[in-house]
Amino acid sequence: MTRIEVRGLTKRYGPDTVVDDLTFTVEAGQVTGFLGPNGAGKTTTMRMIVGLAAPDRGTATIGGRHYGSLPVPLTEVGALLDAAAVHGGRTARDHLLALAASNGLPPGRVEDVLTRTGMAGVAVKRAGTFSLGMRQRLGIAAALLGDPRVLIFDEPVNGLDPEGIRWARELMRALAAEGRAVLVSSHLMSEMAQTADHLIVIGRGRIIADTPASELTGGAGGGSVRVRAADPGTLALRLSAAGATVREGLEASLTVAGMSAEEIGRLAAYHGLALIELSPVRASLEDAYLRLTSESVEFQGVAA
Amino acid sequence: MNRVLTAEWIKLRSLRSTWSMLAGLFAVGLGISLLSLNRVHDAYAEAGADWDPTRHSMTVYVVAQLILGVLGALVVTSEFATGLMRTTLTATPARHRVLAAKAVLAAAVSLVAGQALMLCVFLVGQWGFARNGVPRASLGDPGVPAAVAAGGLYLAVIGLLGVALGTIMRATAGAIVTLVGIVFIIPGIAGVFPSWIRQVFVFWPTLGGAAALGTVPDPDFPHPWWGLGGMALGGAAVLAAAFVVLRRRDV
Repeated sequence: MTRIEVRGLTKRYGPDTVVDDLTFTVEAGQVTGFLGPNGAGKTTTMRMIVGLAAPDRGTATIGGRHYGSLPVPLTEVGALLDAAAVHGGRTARDHLLALAASNGLPPGRVEDVLTRTGMAGVAVKRAGTFSLGMRQRLGIAAALLGDPRVLIFDEPVNGLDPEGIRWARELMRALAAEGRAVLVSSHLMSEMAQTADHLIVIGRGRIIADTPASELTGGAGGGSVRVRAADPGTLALRLSAAGATVREGLEASLTVAGMSAEEIGRLAAYHGLALIELSPVRASLEDAYLRLTSESVEFQGVAA
Repeated sequence: MNRVLTAEWIKLRSLRSTWSMLAGLFAVGLGISLLSLNRVHDAYAEAGADWDPTRHSMTVYVVAQLILGVLGALVVTSEFATGLMRTTLTATPARHRVLAAKAVLAAAVSLVAGQALMLCVFLVGQWGFARNGVPRASLGDPGVPAAVAAGGLYLAVIGLLGVALGTIMRATAGAIVTLVGIVFIIPGIAGVFPSWIRQVFVFWPTLGGAAALGTVPDPDFPHPWWGLGGMALGGAAVLAAAFVVLRRRDV
């Protein structure tokens, strides 16, 4: 199984440390979301993984080897780093044919990836006429060209319409299901919540969280329970007496923390209080992400 | 290496701009050659005994070198401008191979197109000289084939220089300004430099480097083929610097 291993990766630009001692592993067979606010160092990290930028310290290896030593790189790693990185005067097919030729891949692969990305109909059009969404698809097509075991996508859904976003999400799920290691960066947690199995969150070049996606919600959220009762005042008193934290919510509901739904239900039954609603509220990934990164946002807006 | 060369060739030939620049090269080259025939009597009278019909017919190399030098620079700078260079170097992490392939192609295209143009303008020029009753040369005359071949080689070196400058500067504008400085501005103000600097003008483009494009020896540059050879070495040195820079810098 091929995986990406990043060990102590560090990159400085002048006095700024853009990537600061990053260590993580991208496993095969799952989608790993690479999250962080803009400027957190995601793109720089990806550029170092594929050898475009030289790290000041640390290593990034793919299946134990440095990217630069891969004999036929496109068959091992597919990368979409910048969708705009095509020459506007060249057709989609010629762009892909040149890439395929550089790695000795048969021209038939070009038709395969054009079809898989839904670009077959515009293969003879010049890339300069493409929308950002079509360029993203062309970039994804280029990444898939060598049928690689490892895929790296930097903000792949930028500029895609809702249908395109769904397509990209399903493609990434499918690629991971085929046993490939898929690393996808985004600054939008909502996007990753529906795609990633594992999340690596960075801020200011450092790792903030490296965790299964499911755990980030539970761990950071501290789930609460929404309760509505016929007599909310009495219930609130009983709950507080039992050690829970109770806040008043909308429409006479109570938001209870520090006690599970089951415990609240038993407590209400013991005191003979009728409950109208009892529903656990999971902290959303979005909330968890914002909490994690709030201290590491580089450019923070001031609330008016 | 063959794979990278094939890839670069696909890239070069699939751009409309490549072909329009080559068409422009011939349109401009032949156009200027034909227009200059109007004043061929004056030119002949001025030159007197030093009249060199071969050199005179190939004077458009001055313009041709700008077009082919820019074409060479664009082979590299268009990839930096669009960001395509990242994709290219991800597909071929051995960066020296990419630059080598680009240099070989730019030199080959410059050599073939440049040589063809030099031959055309030579023939057009001699035809025009004959029509105007001015002494002319023919391809069979001693020194003429070598002079015409020198035109092609000279332009090939300029194409290579374009690739090297494009790699070092990364930006089209910077590469073109540098190229114009080398082939036009410095030769234009050559007189202001102290004599010890003027030694390098023996090998400089448009100056000593172009001395071989004729049959009548130029008294300023008595060893024309040394001049062209030295210019080729200079181009190779700039290209060597380009290899180092491309290897070291982040993309």
